[in-house]
Amino acid sequence: MIAEHPVIQVLIPLLGAPLCVLAARGVFAYWVALACSLASLFVATRLLTSVMATGPIVYELGGWAAPWGIEYRIGPLNSFVLLLVALLGALVMLAAKKSVDSEIPRERRHFFYAAMMLCQTGLLGITITGDAFNVFVFLEIAALSSYILIAMGHQRRALYASYQYLIMGTIGSTFILISIGLLYQMTGTLNMADLAARLPAVGDTRTVLISFAFFMVGVSLKMALFPLHMWLPNAYTYAPSAVSAFLAATATKVAVYVMIRFLFSIYGPAFAFEKIDVSQILGALALVGIVLMSAAAIFQTNVKRLLAYSSVAQIGYIVLGISFANVNGLTGGIVHLFNHGLMKGGLFLTVAAVVYRVGSSDLNAFRGLGRSMPITMFLFVLGGLGMIGVPLTVGFISKWYLILAAIETGHWLAVALVLLSSLLAVIYVWRVVEFAYFQPRDRSSDPVGEAPLSMLVPTAILVLATIVFGVSTEWTVGVARAAAVFLLGGHS
Amino acid sequence: MRHHSILRAVTKFFLPYILLFALYTQFHGDYGPGGGFQAGVIFAAAIILYGLIFTPKLARRVVPYRAVYIFMALGILLYAGVGIATILLGGNYLDYNALNHHHPVHGQHLGILLVELGVGITVAAVVICIYYAFADRLES
Repeated sequence: MIAEHPVIQVLIPLLGAPLCVLAARGVFAYWVALACSLASLFVATRLLTSVMATGPIVYELGGWAAPWGIEYRIGPLNSFVLLLVALLGALVMLAAKKSVDSEIPRERRHFFYAAMMLCQTGLLGITITGDAFNVFVFLEIAALSSYILIAMGHQRRALYASYQYLIMGTIGSTFILISIGLLYQMTGTLNMADLAARLPAVGDTRTVLISFAFFMVGVSLKMALFPLHMWLPNAYTYAPSAVSAFLAATATKVAVYVMIRFLFSIYGPAFAFEKIDVSQILGALALVGIVLMSAAAIFQTNVKRLLAYSSVAQIGYIVLGISFANVNGLTGGIVHLFNHGLMKGGLFLTVAAVVYRVGSSDLNAFRGLGRSMPITMFLFVLGGLGMIGVPLTVGFISKWYLILAAIETGHWLAVALVLLSSLLAVIYVWRVVEFAYFQPRDRSSDPVGEAPLSMLVPTAILVLATIVFGVSTEWTVGVARAAAVFLLGGHS
Repeated sequence: MRHHSILRAVTKFFLPYILLFALYTQFHGDYGPGGGFQAGVIFAAAIILYGLIFTPKLARRVVPYRAVYIFMALGILLYAGVGIATILLGGNYLDYNALNHHHPVHGQHLGILLVELGVGITVAAVVICIYYAFADRLES
């Protein structure tokens, strides 16, 4: 059965979506979505173990062999990203029921779960496929469903946020499509491995250069690399809390994955890093983004928006790691891609719990929550320590590898700025801690209780995972290093 | 539109032919121009024409929201279901050859016919749904 796993991975949520629509009103849609998310996590786990044990898995859709048909190709990098998406999909879905019940009107809930399933389909599909055009198709599935999900936020500004994301996201995917079209024009193929084999022969043409430029701008929009991040803070702030948690942990990470995949296994390191030297501009944008966005996070009065700005900064870390284009840098980038997904997912879920109990994600709403929601706030602090990069948390591991890579390549400015941004992270995490633990709750407001167990348990799993993988790093770093080595040497 | 007798009469006259042409485009897609997407849009166009001339309210009596949602989902399920059937019959996902082991070409015929039917159903339902969504806003 393992032979069919690649397609089943995408098929489970794809089937889940229409089943949710058919389930219509009632709680059935939720259970369908939950069952699909858990099944998808199971498949992702099996795929990763199988890839780590026996090497890449290839699956030909419709029985058509590779350059003609679409193939799914799963290596160490994308099985790792698949696991991240499936894991977050399952944990967010476990926590989502109460939060969604309170934020989404009853008559729209089954559509909400259907859109969640489609979003998972898209993200898993982007990650699993070995066909460049297929990437675009799944990119659109993921993007369209996330516009829907964001627009379902209960404030009217959610519509504006969704529209803003729609415009920017559409420009991003159109640019990626143009780039793929130009590649197709030059090589006559859409299969990634085939593209990589044929591109060096035409690498000197202006068409390929322009396709590279379109791709880099398009994918940077998608992953909200500074300064193309303008859509992200609004989208994460006004989306329903469960959606913020899922998208913040997975959507931009998958876009980063697309960038890694195109840079290293289509255009190839020789073209991207030696001929054009994209590392200069990527590294510079990443560093400016890390510092400015961490600073911007300090001034936010809404915790969701604070976390959103911190997300843009954290994307900077991942891109910084990629820009070094050596094993340590890439390992740091890839491991941070996973680690940041865990941390941000956990943090946004604690905020979802607060929104569920208090009804707002404003900093003022956090007053006194250290006393009335002790476990939730404790989990927030643990997640926050990860964002800062305190030793024994996953944040430290990623930064360790980034700093190692920076020192290896002699980028001392990068070392200084990464450390500076960790200090900025202390400030923005502290602001929440101060409100939660050192400010009394308004006497006039209603007393609030601890978050329900259904939300606490998934959040706790995510947050504890950030500690576990911070202490015992063999597994995450091992997979990330295998992926980095594969990208730099094993392939192309 | 109550006073436009000619429009009303012509619409009534044309509707069955539009629907029939949709089905022709759907099932003749193997041999000529056409296929699920085009057929779905033509089918939906018939319903939309009916809604434009005889008010959206009446159109929703013909094709209620509930039916639209069900067909939207059924189309995808049919498409994906064909893929699952090919897996169960021992082929890869959507490998239509597996549908008929004795005559792979017949299997390809059957497979593409069913898959395109799924596309047609979903496209028709989605286009109708988009029209309803706009029409509802104008009415309220």
